[in-house]
Amino acid sequence: MFDLGIQGAQMLLVLLLAPLLTGFTRKVKARLLLRRGPPLVQPYRDLVRLMRKEVVLAENASWLFRVIPYLIFAATWVAASLVPTFRTGLLFSWSADLIAIVALLGSARFFLALAGLDVGTSFGGIGSSREVMIASLAEPAMIMIIFTLALIAGSTQLSTMAGFLVSSEVGLRVSLGLALLALIMVAIAENARIPVDNPATHLELTMVHEAMVLEYSGRHLALIELSASLKLLLYVSLIACLFVPWGLVPSGAGLGLLAVGLVAYIAKLASGGVLLALFETSIAKMRVFRVPEFLGAALMLGLLATLLLFVSRSL
Amino acid sequence: MVLLALGSVAVLLATAALGAMLAEAVRARLIVYGICLFASVALLAIALLALLDVSPRPSVTTLPLGIPWLGAHFRLDALSAFFLAVINLGAAAASLFALGYGRHEHSPRRVLPFYPAFLAGMSIVVLADDAFTFLVAWEFMSLSSWALVMAHHRVVDNVRAGYVYLIMASFGTLALLLTFGLLAGPDGSYTFGEIRGGHPSATLAASILILALIGAGSKAGLVPVHVWLPLAHPAAPSHVSALMSGVMTKVAVYGFVRIVFDLIGTPAWWWSMVVLALGGITAAMGVLYALMQHDLKRLLAYHTVENIGIIFIGLGLALAFKAYGMAWAAALALTAGLLHVFNHSVFKSLLFFGAGSVLTATGERDMEHLGGLIHRMPQTAFVFLVGCAAISALPPLNGFVSEWLTFQAILLSPQLPSWGLKLLVPAVGALLALSAALAAACFVKAFGVTFLGRARTPAAERACETDRFSLAAMFFLAALCLVAGILPGVFIDALAPVAEGLVGERMPVQGSVDWLSIVPIAESRSSYNGLLVFIFMVLSGALAAWAIHRLASDKLRRAPPWDCGYPDTSPATQYTASSFAQPIRRVFGSVVFRAREYVEMPPPGDGRPARFTVQLHDLVWDALYAPIAGGIGFAADRLNHLQFLTIRQFLSLVFAALVLLLLVLAIWP
Repeated sequence: MFDLGIQGAQMLLVLLLAPLLTGFTRKVKARLLLRRGPPLVQPYRDLVRLMRKEVVLAENASWLFRVIPYLIFAATWVAASLVPTFRTGLLFSWSADLIAIVALLGSARFFLALAGLDVGTSFGGIGSSREVMIASLAEPAMIMIIFTLALIAGSTQLSTMAGFLVSSEVGLRVSLGLALLALIMVAIAENARIPVDNPATHLELTMVHEAMVLEYSGRHLALIELSASLKLLLYVSLIACLFVPWGLVPSGAGLGLLAVGLVAYIAKLASGGVLLALFETSIAKMRVFRVPEFLGAALMLGLLATLLLFVSRSL
Repeated sequence: MVLLALGSVAVLLATAALGAMLAEAVRARLIVYGICLFASVALLAIALLALLDVSPRPSVTTLPLGIPWLGAHFRLDALSAFFLAVINLGAAAASLFALGYGRHEHSPRRVLPFYPAFLAGMSIVVLADDAFTFLVAWEFMSLSSWALVMAHHRVVDNVRAGYVYLIMASFGTLALLLTFGLLAGPDGSYTFGEIRGGHPSATLAASILILALIGAGSKAGLVPVHVWLPLAHPAAPSHVSALMSGVMTKVAVYGFVRIVFDLIGTPAWWWSMVVLALGGITAAMGVLYALMQHDLKRLLAYHTVENIGIIFIGLGLALAFKAYGMAWAAALALTAGLLHVFNHSVFKSLLFFGAGSVLTATGERDMEHLGGLIHRMPQTAFVFLVGCAAISALPPLNGFVSEWLTFQAILLSPQLPSWGLKLLVPAVGALLALSAALAAACFVKAFGVTFLGRARTPAAERACETDRFSLAAMFFLAALCLVAGILPGVFIDALAPVAEGLVGERMPVQGSVDWLSIVPIAESRSSYNGLLVFIFMVLSGALAAWAIHRLASDKLRRAPPWDCGYPDTSPATQYTASSFAQPIRRVFGSVVFRAREYVEMPPPGDGRPARFTVQLHDLVWDALYAPIAGGIGFAADRLNHLQFLTIRQFLSLVFAALVLLLLVLAIWP
């Protein structure tokens, strides 16, 4: 029963913290650009306002267009609630391992790309076609990163992986370093951040993610925005639980330790947000056809890391 | 058991004769496809009974047919039973679909006699227990499917497809003939039982492997012997395309598994290198070819090539583990491959049925002329979407399970001692991951361009929903995609006797795992529960919908599309199949297909339209087939002179040949 409560708390926690992380990153970014920036709670206000508004639906939008926001939200939420945030050994963590979590995000993207094509506008098409091009390189890179971590930890189960990586027998490894670098690159591409895509742009020809969701409004848009925030939170939590697993509470810990874990998690999220904002302000967006080179590098790093582990278990 | 199966096959053969007699009758379609449906269901039931039998003992029989001193041997063991089930599941669905789809056939007498014969041929191949019966059934299957490919022989492309198919099928059978010749040895022991007893030497076994790869691989569609497949599969009527792509390629996989895992004996370690490399290349090349297509059925056919690659990756891993005596890991890899055989047969049949429904509703196979069909054909669109999601390996559907198992098998391979494999397997893993991601891109394109957006032609605008039989067949397969995705443990357990028979070990029993999860090795290592993922997704989606509609707003207004303020009424401004694939063509195609884009821009003031051309090269065709075809053409041209000699020259030619032969005989020791 306690485990069920923890799992429920985790589901609620990711849902509630996700917009805050987005707001925090925006705020830090604005401060770095010497602007004041919107208040931290602005994303929540946006969501509430969008949910209250009526939906303006394109005349030839199909039933699929109206179902897709719920599908994307469901897939992303389920994936995000299976990543350990402050405590390992979640009640349902065995129902999907890391490969399945990535595949769930893949489902969300599959449907989002379809939504871009549904109304039949050229902007939707441009977004979808670029998104699948990015995904066709980011997903294999992610799988290679998972291979690396799974070969080190001897498991594809996130809880087991985190438990193993926090233990003292890991140490510094070349393959882990390569995997971390590749994972950061993939996370940037997956979350449509600079330099791959710009979440703030509405300059038509540079949009990828924004172009796909151009026809959405009201509650549908709110769900998609919320899913995007959840995905960002998921990737930050994933990097935190795999590469900075200290402070992650093992299962069976008492309430006091849980509070420590929670504080550690929020600190990790905040530093993740600051690092992301720092990175984004210090780099320019790249041309669309430079993105394959960027992600190709991530894929090669992942492949190299896996190869090293096939050659020697201790590298 | 095997006699019952043969009885059902005999019914199919009788139906073929009946089809030839009745073809022009009004009710012929209902009679022929109806009988086929019942016979397939009967065969499916027999196969399932044999597969799920608690005390599996192969059921054998010998009929006095064929070569007098050999007879025709038949055997129904776990492997045959599994493939018999896959074949007849596909056959039953195709027959049900054809009950409705067959109405649109212009020349039923070119389809009705051959369809039951094709079904019978495939079933006999997996039942055969001697080389002679196997080869006769194989050739019977090839020829009857060739007749079906040629059903619409007035279309020019189909004639070429039939020609290429015939050549490749004969070539493949020749390779298999040599395979069995080598397996039988000098004593001519043609029954599989005797072949199993013989132990070929290492070089002999290696030649057998290569020949089996060519023979079975050309039928299955391994790169580079895949060229006939994307031509022939789309040319046939759609229910036959589904059978050829979804089922006949699996019969070829059966041939490969039977020869390499069962008949030869212990594999050498380097065999797996060959199979893995071919599988990886096939998977990646197949999906890249598919992305460049805009003919819906040809896109699906190229995807079959990709999935065959995935299956062969599983089989190659199983061979590697078997060679090093890691039977439990081999069982995992083999089960992954065979589960993908089943899964692919389900969703590929479903997708071809969908393409067939689109074809009858609009008369179009070219995606550039379709669009917006989700409004006119909502039910077909729904099931086609399920098929697209399943083949793109999205959880919680079935395609994901078999790819997940293959990934788990790859993660076991660092334990293999061979250095070659240590370097090859990660690369194959990357190719597998790449092809899975590209497959998703390809099916976004296939579904998005065909069913979403606005209609690009009046034909697409006038489309209407397909008939009930076709819908029933498609909904059945879509449901199966979901069931196999959320309850994979049942299917994995059913494959246990097959793995036990071929590699001597089975995967852990999945039926006893809590909550119907699947746990390939140990729970601390990896586990997946499709059912829970499905339930969680449904619950959280429903919760979101309820909360928003109840607590926030459920108002909705229809308006013209926004499109950044510049909506264009012409459907030609939408993304097409080619433009959708353009970024991927630019990234991968410039190397793999030597893709080049040319823009012809007239100078200002010139009234001509600007032209944009894309040039693609099929490098496999250019490098391998074009030289061979050129060589044969050259030789034929030279030999053509022989037709125009005088009588004296002919006589001297004959005399010279005679002298030459006598000389050879004299010198021969």
